[in-house]
Amino acid sequence: MSIAANPQLKSAEEVKSERIYAQWGLTDQEFKIIENEMGRLPNYTETGLFSAMWSEHASYKKSKPILKTFWSKNERVLQGPGEGAGILDIGDGQAVVFKAESHNHPSQVEPYQGAATGVGGILRDIFSMGAQPIAVLDSLRFSEIKNEQTKSLIDGVIDGIAGYGNAIGIPTVGGDVAFDDAYEGNLLCNVMSIGLLDHQDTIKVGQAHGKDNSVIYVGAKTGRDGINGATFASTEFSSQEESQRSAVQVGDPFMEKLVMDATIKAVREMPEAVIAIQDMGAAGILSSSSEMGEKGGSGIWLDLDKVPVREKGMIPYELMLSESQERMLLVVAQGREKGVIDLYRDAGLDAVVIGKVTDDSRYRLSFQGETVADLDIKLLTKAPSYKLPSKLPVHIKKASQQQYQPKISNPLQIIMQILSQPTISSKKFFYRHFDSMVRTDTVVKPGGDAAVIRIRGTKKALSLTTDVNGRYVYLDPYRGGQMAIAEAARNVVSTGALPIGITDCLNFGNPDNQEVYYELEQSVAGINNFAKQLNTPVVSGNVSLYNETDNRAIYPTPMIGMVGLIRDNRKITTINFKKNGDLIYLIGSTGNDFNGSEIQKLQTGKISGKLFDFDADAELNNQKLILTAIEAGLLKSAHDLSEGGLIVALLESAFETSFAFDANLKLDDAQLFAETNGRFIVTVEPEKEPVFEKMAGDQAELIGRVTDRNHFQIKTDQSSFSIDKEEATKTWKNSIANLME
Amino acid sequence: MFLAKIYVTYKPSILDPQGEVIKSALHRLDYTDVNSVMQGKYFEIKLEAKDQRTAAKEIEEFSDELLINVNMETFTYKLSEISSVEE
Amino acid sequence: MKAAVLDFPGSNCDFDMYYALIDFGIDAKIIDARQSNLDDYDAIFLPGGFSYGDYLRAGAIARFAPAMEAVKKAADQGRFVVGICNGFQILTEAGLLPGALRMNAKAGFICDQVLLNVENDNSLFTKNLYRQQLLLPIAHAGGNYYADQETLTKLHANRQIIFTYQDNPNGSIDDIAGIVNEKGNVFGVMPHPERAVDPLLGNIDGRPFFESILQTSGVLN
Repeated sequence: MSIAANPQLKSAEEVKSERIYAQWGLTDQEFKIIENEMGRLPNYTETGLFSAMWSEHASYKKSKPILKTFWSKNERVLQGPGEGAGILDIGDGQAVVFKAESHNHPSQVEPYQGAATGVGGILRDIFSMGAQPIAVLDSLRFSEIKNEQTKSLIDGVIDGIAGYGNAIGIPTVGGDVAFDDAYEGNLLCNVMSIGLLDHQDTIKVGQAHGKDNSVIYVGAKTGRDGINGATFASTEFSSQEESQRSAVQVGDPFMEKLVMDATIKAVREMPEAVIAIQDMGAAGILSSSSEMGEKGGSGIWLDLDKVPVREKGMIPYELMLSESQERMLLVVAQGREKGVIDLYRDAGLDAVVIGKVTDDSRYRLSFQGETVADLDIKLLTKAPSYKLPSKLPVHIKKASQQQYQPKISNPLQIIMQILSQPTISSKKFFYRHFDSMVRTDTVVKPGGDAAVIRIRGTKKALSLTTDVNGRYVYLDPYRGGQMAIAEAARNVVSTGALPIGITDCLNFGNPDNQEVYYELEQSVAGINNFAKQLNTPVVSGNVSLYNETDNRAIYPTPMIGMVGLIRDNRKITTINFKKNGDLIYLIGSTGNDFNGSEIQKLQTGKISGKLFDFDADAELNNQKLILTAIEAGLLKSAHDLSEGGLIVALLESAFETSFAFDANLKLDDAQLFAETNGRFIVTVEPEKEPVFEKMAGDQAELIGRVTDRNHFQIKTDQSSFSIDKEEATKTWKNSIANLME
Repeated sequence: MFLAKIYVTYKPSILDPQGEVIKSALHRLDYTDVNSVMQGKYFEIKLEAKDQRTAAKEIEEFSDELLINVNMETFTYKLSEISSVEE
Repeated sequence: MKAAVLDFPGSNCDFDMYYALIDFGIDAKIIDARQSNLDDYDAIFLPGGFSYGDYLRAGAIARFAPAMEAVKKAADQGRFVVGICNGFQILTEAGLLPGALRMNAKAGFICDQVLLNVENDNSLFTKNLYRQQLLLPIAHAGGNYYADQETLTKLHANRQIIFTYQDNPNGSIDDIAGIVNEKGNVFGVMPHPERAVDPLLGNIDGRPFFESILQTSGVLN
C-alpha cells in the first residue's frame, strides 16, 4: 500500500525524528505502540488523527477505568453511556434523552463563544439521537466576584448561553451557580440538555452499518476553527500562554436551528433511510466518522475533496480536525441519499455524500486523488487506557476530626450576611437573560428546587436539576459524591418527581497528580453507591480533566444532572408558601454539621476539617416520605435544605410570596445554618395535620406557621428575634447585581 | 469592480445601548477620558457596475432598502475601484 | 375562523402560537413563509423568535420573504394581522406598523413577566379584556419601541397605542408595548399572550386577547 507523502508536509521519518507527535500530545510510548501496531511509521496526517483520537478529551484514556465502574443499567435504560446521549423509558412508548457536557476551557478563554458553542454542542448530541430537545440547564462555577476580569467572564458566559439558547428556541430552565476562588482561572461551564422521543422505535444511535451505505455531511462549512480543540482541552492552562486562543470556535444558532429541525424531520419521515447520526463535536469529522464506523463494526472511506469548505487550501489534517460548529454526519442507506439530501437542501443546508461505509474495518481517507491515511479503525479509536496511581490527599489526612462550631452572637446579622453571599442569594440577575418559557411547556421556571417541563398531550412532566457542592467533595470525595446525587434527588423529589436517572460532568484537575486521581476515583465510587440505592442509573456523561492554572486545581466538581418523572402534572409542587395559617414541618433531624458549610466559609474565610456524616438511610426515607405525601395530596409546598441550612430554606420559601412565617425551633442558633443532608421543609393545611403526622411519624417536626405579616419571627433554644421581610428580600435579591455593577 | 465600505450607525438622536455599556466598561478599565462610544455595523461589499456613479446609486438604494432601518439608522460609505476579485 | 402562523427560517414561537390558537378552537396551520398565497386565511400570525438569525436587524430580512406580500394584501383587505415579539419587529420593518424596535435600553435579553396597562380596550384585539391591567411574559433583546414625535402624536390621537408597560423594561418611548395600524386590523406587541393561556403554566392573562379576536370575528358572542 502506497501512502501519499504530502510533499509540503513533514515526512513520516521527520514526524518521528523531530517528535512532531509530542507537540500534538502523544507520548513516546504511545507513538511506539502506533508504529508497532501499524508495522510502519504513521505519516503526518495519520499522526494527527491519532493525536486527536488518543487525547484524553476524545478517548478518556485516563478516566476510562473509572468510568467503566458506573452503574448504568436498570429496567428503564434504553441507551447507556457511549452514545451521543443516554435514554430512559418514561412509558407510553416515550423516552427521555439527556446528557451533560463541559465547555470549561473554551469558556475561560472566550466566554461568550465558549458558552454558546457549549449549548450548541450538547443540543446536537440530543437531536443526533432523533430526539427533540426540550430544555437546557447550566451548571456554572466562577471565582468570587471581586474584580473586573471575573465580572466580564461571568457576563460573557451568561450572554453566550442566552445568545445561543434563546435564538435556537430551546428554553434554559435551570441549573446552578456557585462562586469560590478555587475556580479562579478555571471557571466551569457545564451544560445539560434534555430531549423527548415520542416513539422509542425511532431512536438513532451513532453506529455505521451496511457496506456501501453513504456517509453524508450536513450543515455548516468547514473552516480552520478549533483545530486541536480536543488536545487543547486535555492540557493544563498556563496563565502566560495567550496563544491558546486560536482554539476558539464561533457558534451560529440560526444555522443550528435549521440543522436541528431538518434532522428531526429526516428521522421522523425517513427512519429506514437514516441509519446513523452523529454530531461533529471534538475532533470533528474524524471522531464522528471513526467512532460510528468502529461502533458499527465497519470501516469508513472518506473523500476529503467532497467536504464543503469555507477556507481555501486546507490540508487533510485540518479538514479532519476542524471543530467548525453546526455540522452533523449521517449514514444513509444506499439508494436513499437523494431524499435525505433534498430534505436538507430544502432547509437551505449543505448536504453532501463524502464517503462510504466499508466492511474491512479500515479507516481510509482520499485527498486530491491519493490515499492520505489508511488505518485499522479499532487502533485509531481505542486509545490505550491507563489506570493511574492514586493517593489520599494530604489535606484530608491532616484534617481536623472536629466539626467547626460557628460563633453566633447576633443571629440576625449573620443571616443577613449569609443572604448576601452570591452562592446563596437570588440568581435572577443571571437567569432573567435566559428564555425559560419558549415552547410553552415550562411549569416550574428557574428559581425553584428543580425545573419542571410538562409533556404535552400527556399528564406526565419531567423534573430537571443540576447539583454538586465542590466544597464537600474536596473535604471527602466519596461522601461528597454521595451528597451531590442526594441533593439532586432532593431537588427533584421536592417537585413531586421520582428520580429516574442521571448524567454527569466530572470536572477535576490533572489526573497525573495522584491526589486528583484519588478524588476522581472516590467521588465516582460515592456517586455510584448512592445512584444504586436511589435506582438512578448513570446513562451519559463527560469528563473534563486538567482544570488547573499554574498547578492549582479546582475543587473536585462531579456535577450531577438528574431527571425525575412526574406521573400526574396536577401533583407538581413548588417551594413557595401558599396560604396564611398553613403548618410548617421540618423533615429530617439536624446535627452540628458545619465543615464545608457556607457559614464556615463566611466566618473563617475557608473550608476545612473532616466532612460531616451522610446518613443514606435517613436521606432515602425522607425523600420517600415527601413523594408519598405529595402523591396523597398532603403538601402545599416542599423545599429541600442545602447550602446555608434551615434558615435559608425557610426564607426562600417566603421571598417570592406575599407571606412570612413564625418558627419555633428546638435548635441552637448555630444549627440554623447547619448543612445536615436529607432534610426538607414542607407546608400542610391545618385540616390535614392528623393525616400528615400519622404518615410522617418522627420524621417530621412541626416548627411553625405561615403568616401574612411583614416580618419573620424566629425562636430558638437560645434566642428570639424577628427579620424585616422587605430588608431581607432586598438583600437576597440585589446581592449579585450589586457585586456585578 | 468596486469596493464599498459602508458604515451604519444609529441616528444621533437615538440611544445606543451597546455603546453605553461599552463606554461604562471602558470607564471601569480606567479609560475615564472616553466621552462617548457609538457601536455600529460595517459592511464590505464588492460589486460590478459600469461606473462609479452607477455603483454609488445602487449602494445608496440597497442601503436604504435593507442595510439600515430608515426610522433609526443612517449610513456613510466609501467607494473605490478595485482591479479584480482576490478571494 | 382560519388562521395562518407564519414560519420564517429561525422562528421559534410558531408552535407556541399554533397550540394557543388550537386551544381556542381556531383552525390554525403553520405556513412556510416561502408561500406567497394566504388568501384562505382570516387571520395571519407572525410569531416570535429570531427570523434569519436576526443577524442584520431583527425582522429586517424576514420582511422580504414571499409571504410578506400576502401579509400586505391581507392587511389592506382588513383581515387580522398579528405580530408577536419578532413578528412585531417584522411588521415595523415591513412598514405595516409605524416606528421601529431598537435594542433594549439596558442591553441584553430579558425574560420575565410584566404588567401591561390596557390603553385602548375598544380595539379589535382588546374588546374582551374587561380589565385595566394584564400580566404577560416578555422575552426579547430588541423591544425598545421608537417613533418620531409626529408619529407618536398620531398614535395617541388615533388611539393606536393598545398596551403600555407599567414598569418599562426596555426603554420604549412612552412605555409603548403594543400598537395597531391606523385601520386597526394590524397589531404588533412585544409581550407574548400565547405564552399565557394554559392554567398549568400559571398564567392565563393571555386568554382574553384570543377571546377578543374570536369575538370580533363573530365566532364568539
